[in-house]
Amino acid sequence: MTKKHFEENLYVSGHTACAGCGQSMAVRIVMNAAGKNTMVANSTGCLEVFSTKAPETAFGVPWIHSLFENSAAVASGIEAGLKYLNKLDDIRIIAQAGDGGTGDIGLQAISGMLERGQDVLFVCYDNEAYMNTGIQRSGSTPFHANTTTSPIGEHSLGNPRPKKPMVEICAAHHIPYSATASVGNPKDIERKVKKALSIRGPKYLQIHVPCPLGWKSDPSQTIEIAKLAIATGLYPLIEYEYGKLVKVTKLTLSKPVEEYLKTQGRFKHLLKTKEMLQEVQDVADKNIEYYGLK
Amino acid sequence: MFSILASRAKTSCANLTGSWRSAQKPSYLQKDCINCGLCKLICPEGCIEGTEKNTYTVDLDYCKGCGLCAYICPKKDIEMVPNQD
Amino acid sequence: MKKYLEGSWAMAEAAKLCRPGVVAAYPITPQTHIVEHLAKFVADGDLKAETLNVESEHSAASVVLGSQSAGVRSFTCTSSQGLLLMGEVVFCIAGMRLPVMMICANRAVSAPINIWNDQQDSIALRDAGWIQLYAENNQEAVDLIITGHKLGENSKIMLPIMVCVDGFILTHGMETIDMPSQEDVDKFLPKYDPPYKLDVDNPMSFGLLGDPTVYTETRYAIHKTMEEVLDLIPKISKEYEDLTSRDSLKLVESYKLEDAELAIIAMGSVCGTIKDVIDIEREKGKKIGLLKIVTYRPFPKKAIESALKNVSNVAVIDKNISLGSDGALYSEIKATLNSDKKTSGFIAGLGGRDITINTILDIIQSAEKEVNNCKFVDLNKNLLWDEFKAS
Repeated sequence: MTKKHFEENLYVSGHTACAGCGQSMAVRIVMNAAGKNTMVANSTGCLEVFSTKAPETAFGVPWIHSLFENSAAVASGIEAGLKYLNKLDDIRIIAQAGDGGTGDIGLQAISGMLERGQDVLFVCYDNEAYMNTGIQRSGSTPFHANTTTSPIGEHSLGNPRPKKPMVEICAAHHIPYSATASVGNPKDIERKVKKALSIRGPKYLQIHVPCPLGWKSDPSQTIEIAKLAIATGLYPLIEYEYGKLVKVTKLTLSKPVEEYLKTQGRFKHLLKTKEMLQEVQDVADKNIEYYGLK
Repeated sequence: MFSILASRAKTSCANLTGSWRSAQKPSYLQKDCINCGLCKLICPEGCIEGTEKNTYTVDLDYCKGCGLCAYICPKKDIEMVPNQD
Repeated sequence: MKKYLEGSWAMAEAAKLCRPGVVAAYPITPQTHIVEHLAKFVADGDLKAETLNVESEHSAASVVLGSQSAGVRSFTCTSSQGLLLMGEVVFCIAGMRLPVMMICANRAVSAPINIWNDQQDSIALRDAGWIQLYAENNQEAVDLIITGHKLGENSKIMLPIMVCVDGFILTHGMETIDMPSQEDVDKFLPKYDPPYKLDVDNPMSFGLLGDPTVYTETRYAIHKTMEEVLDLIPKISKEYEDLTSRDSLKLVESYKLEDAELAIIAMGSVCGTIKDVIDIEREKGKKIGLLKIVTYRPFPKKAIESALKNVSNVAVIDKNISLGSDGALYSEIKATLNSDKKTSGFIAGLGGRDITINTILDIIQSAEKEVNNCKFVDLNKNLLWDEFKAS
């Protein structure tokens, strides 16, 4: 472990994420932005599985994983423990999970942590399905996406429901900061992590992370795809403070949703008919209007 | 009595994921680099080092050949080339 | 100092004396009083601790998992449905070798919903890797909480402790308790100083993925450690006895077993009633004794064998039933004893049905007459029908 890049990073090489994995990119940026005085509680999922197969770990900060739905509760416990030890001033606590471990099975624990006002940043790595278990539909899977439990077929166009608005659900708890980010704008992730960790209290950051395997996309296009999600209006970059929308990243160059959908096999079936494309375009247009992205 | 319970930080360095590469690997031309640091920022493996213009290198012991550094370089100073041993 | 207290108050006071740093629990009858008392201690400044009002028992257990891993003595409390909801976290805490202290106020499990005492809840999680201690009375509960901490936190042990107390019977019963002083507990129980914890100066990762090449050894290590617990218990008990003159922490307790022809085996508060029956029957010349199991996990096979070596007839009372098989304690006792002993199993007290003196006399009579693997006592045949009917 003598090479420089091991010293310089708090999330290091040797993990077994797929080549081009958006989540591994994001977690590296988050850990480095957070710094060494950070403790992390992690949910079960791709991230935990590809980072910490015994006897190794890719994490350079104190880190704990126990179960799927409880990283927010474990982080709450760490926060309470550090508070008791009067060590909370110098240490930051991050809870992290995939979209399933956040908005589905993890919703109870997050809501409790936010409601108690604990000093924890919850980071959701949103790759829009249960990827670790083989690409199953989650509450965060977008409209019409093809997954193994919302497969396309004669009677199905894929996932029949829109994305669960986790950022708004967290913002509705009137926490100091609830925001989205994307690997399509890596420096923005850095900025938002630093901003969040400078605030004492509960925070939520949801990062869009393309999954080449689950989305059936080219690993070298992970950043480009995330950029397109932003540019189409399908993944708005927004920031809430105390329940109020205070900042949006306006679309400097907006694109039709087809540009984004055609990059991924999970949306291939939509390219065939105008009606299906229009349904997804409607989602994008609604976002653009609602958040004032143009 | 105890068994495996915790691992020390960064022990994944033992796992040389460079063996995963199949078709391509990045080649750092070190010609037009402007030291933006974006390649180092986004590499999912975190195996890029560099401090000044034209000093950036990739650690092929770990590089999986995803091609994201070549994609992000604003000066196209990184090229994906065939991965031959 | 002797005080006349409600059981839950005594248990909360015992927990307070152990100086927990984090307390997290969720309301469920009949343990809630314990947590309410702790909250009041903190509100009044009598206890310096972080108390978290969590959104479910699953989170309560997860919170104490987190705080214990950060190096802070942590405490939780639950019953029945709450314990079952915590189920996966309970297994996790043991697997992660974190000496969390839990009081389980034993209560029957749904369905049907029933808030009264039996021991099905803690019995259902006996495989999890927690040290399980069963209290006969509130004095024992207090002593087991204090000694349990020292037992679980031993750096060679590092296993979580579940002190089981019969819900309502103990939690809501009034008893004179000899409460140790804060000074004495501080002398007995040092500050929590674990061999591993989350620490920015020594960063480690906990809760790794353990594939088939490593998983078995982690279970073996806990299994072996449970054996070490059996050896450590008498040592810690002696230390506590020197301080308080009480030896509540033990593997088993023999009551009038020396010349007994029939031994009754049970756990928890029912042992008090059984002792009364034994005294009555001894007056009549009957040679009956009681083997009270205090440490259920690890299961003290040698101590049980030794205590019963001259007894030929054994009657086990289970306040639980492994549906489709037998009572849990009976099954384990039967497996431990030599087959030349007659061993009968009785199911009693489920869902809070009182185990009276007459119940125990019936059990004695039955055990003397024949051997039954699994006999439900005090069964009301009017409530048993061949077919469904709306009541």
